[in-house]
Amino acid sequence: MLFQQLINGVSIGGIYALMATGYALIYSLLGFSNWAHGDVAMVGAYIGFLCFAVVRLPFLPAALVAVGGAGLLSVLNERVAYRRIRRNNSPTMFLMIAAMGLSVTLQNFILVTVGPKFKTFPTVLPVKSVSLGGLHIGVLDLVSLAVACVAICALQFMITRTQAGLAIKACASNMRVSALMGINIDRYVTLVFFLAGALAGVGGLLVGLKYTVYPLMGNISLKAFIASVFGGLGSIPGAIVGALFIGVMEVLVSGYVSAGLRDLFTFGLLIAVLLIRPDGLFGRTVEEKA
Amino acid sequence: MSTYEQGIIILIGINIIAVLGVSILTGFTRVFSFGNAGFMAIGAYVSALLSLRAHAPFVAAILGGMAVAGAISWLLGKLTLGLRGDYFLIATLGFGECVRVLFEYLDPITGGARGMPGIPAKTTLPAVTISVVLAILLAWNFLHSRYGRNLMAIREQGMAAEAVGIDTAHYKTLAFVVSAIYAGWSGALYAHYLTFIAPNMFNLDKSAELTITVVIGGLGSLTGSVISTVLLTVLPEVLRAASTYRMLFYGVAVVLIITVRPAGLMGYREFSLAPLHRALDRWRARRLAAGTGAKP
Repeated sequence: MLFQQLINGVSIGGIYALMATGYALIYSLLGFSNWAHGDVAMVGAYIGFLCFAVVRLPFLPAALVAVGGAGLLSVLNERVAYRRIRRNNSPTMFLMIAAMGLSVTLQNFILVTVGPKFKTFPTVLPVKSVSLGGLHIGVLDLVSLAVACVAICALQFMITRTQAGLAIKACASNMRVSALMGINIDRYVTLVFFLAGALAGVGGLLVGLKYTVYPLMGNISLKAFIASVFGGLGSIPGAIVGALFIGVMEVLVSGYVSAGLRDLFTFGLLIAVLLIRPDGLFGRTVEEKA
Repeated sequence: MSTYEQGIIILIGINIIAVLGVSILTGFTRVFSFGNAGFMAIGAYVSALLSLRAHAPFVAAILGGMAVAGAISWLLGKLTLGLRGDYFLIATLGFGECVRVLFEYLDPITGGARGMPGIPAKTTLPAVTISVVLAILLAWNFLHSRYGRNLMAIREQGMAAEAVGIDTAHYKTLAFVVSAIYAGWSGALYAHYLTFIAPNMFNLDKSAELTITVVIGGLGSLTGSVISTVLLTVLPEVLRAASTYRMLFYGVAVVLIITVRPAGLMGYREFSLAPLHRALDRWRARRLAAGTGAKP
């Protein structure tokens, strides 16, 4: 029973991890928390739903359109708002306010255009479970965990092994010096926003398949966000560990303590981490610069 | 005046008090909080419980709500305001959600997610008017005192403020407590106006709305905050047909303002009639000059 719960937790944690890595990427580059990230995932899920259930594309092309669309939306957010604020040399807090505005805009755009109703994906995968040595694992959970693993490994490969990854790491370490060294910063910021948005789109699709699609589903990214704080803001491995930890903790709290208190535990963890070790598990200690 | 119009004025007043708190915190100290709806909830629930269970007089119930909100914010601020800006923001966000979940869970005391009905309707137009006038006067004097100047110094250059001897953590906590007290005040009035409260009324969106109002009015202008509260409360009522687009409009407005005109409606300036007076004086002087020129 405990083992069963652990597996459910890891499967949810995988989805949180997809979103948390996006948060971490953007944070490591621009140093602000992108509140609109979860809403990008939400829009991605809606695009997938529309392509699959309304336009009746086959599932894989629909999913590709959704993921690409989420990536482009994320880039669009950067172009419309964040880039201008960076150019103005405004305080980083303005980036957060703009992100909050974007989040409100996206949620209400979907509310106004598609409506507040919960949408259910038609069945894509058979709703049954696989038995593995006495454990029952849903096919969907298994697939979503696999997808999350592949996506995150691909990202990790890109960042550690390619030239683009090197450039991104350079920008994260010091943007001005990177620009002086001839790195086209805007191009890599765009790339990072696209990658983060695409990962969020994958996460949104998986959440949509597992539960339903609705305008406020972006709020699930709050958990991903807490995961990325827990792991250390800006650290990708930290975000993954944090996401898995929170997924497992939530399942255990719902199973053994009380489902109503689940969120209280998650937010309690957040405040406890901030008090005991504000840099998170893998965070670098960064002095605040004036 | 019809009860409908009275209701709108009361709502404007209640919103103004909460927004003033956020204005002091975000506009004048540049500390960003997502937990002020949580303090509104604390003010609302504490005052409602005082009224319902202890049959306390209205003023005592409001003061009780304000005091509890202030005390909790002091604790939270002491613990978290030493952290960097965005960590503090996340901590307040977590706090606001915790408050909501906790009120939902404490079913026997708060009525849980179904809410708490039957609060005496004591928030009348005179009560709100007195509260708003008092709130604006207090905020104005606070910001024009030594405390307020220190807050603005922190806003402009935290490190320089620290260097000239301002205890930034202390003053940020002060601003946070003041903003929580205002939120508690507003929450208490809200509970006694609606006579019914539920945890869901004080969610993340409410906190976002308060901050949005301050951003639109201008980060650093009390009168800007008041004007934008009036606008954002009255406009949806006037444009009832477009009310579904209300939040969409807010979102777009915030993105536009923060990218194109980060100063907001009023910027750092306060609304005053001085420019009008100056223009009048110039006009009179010109007329006088024209008059004397024509005489000989």
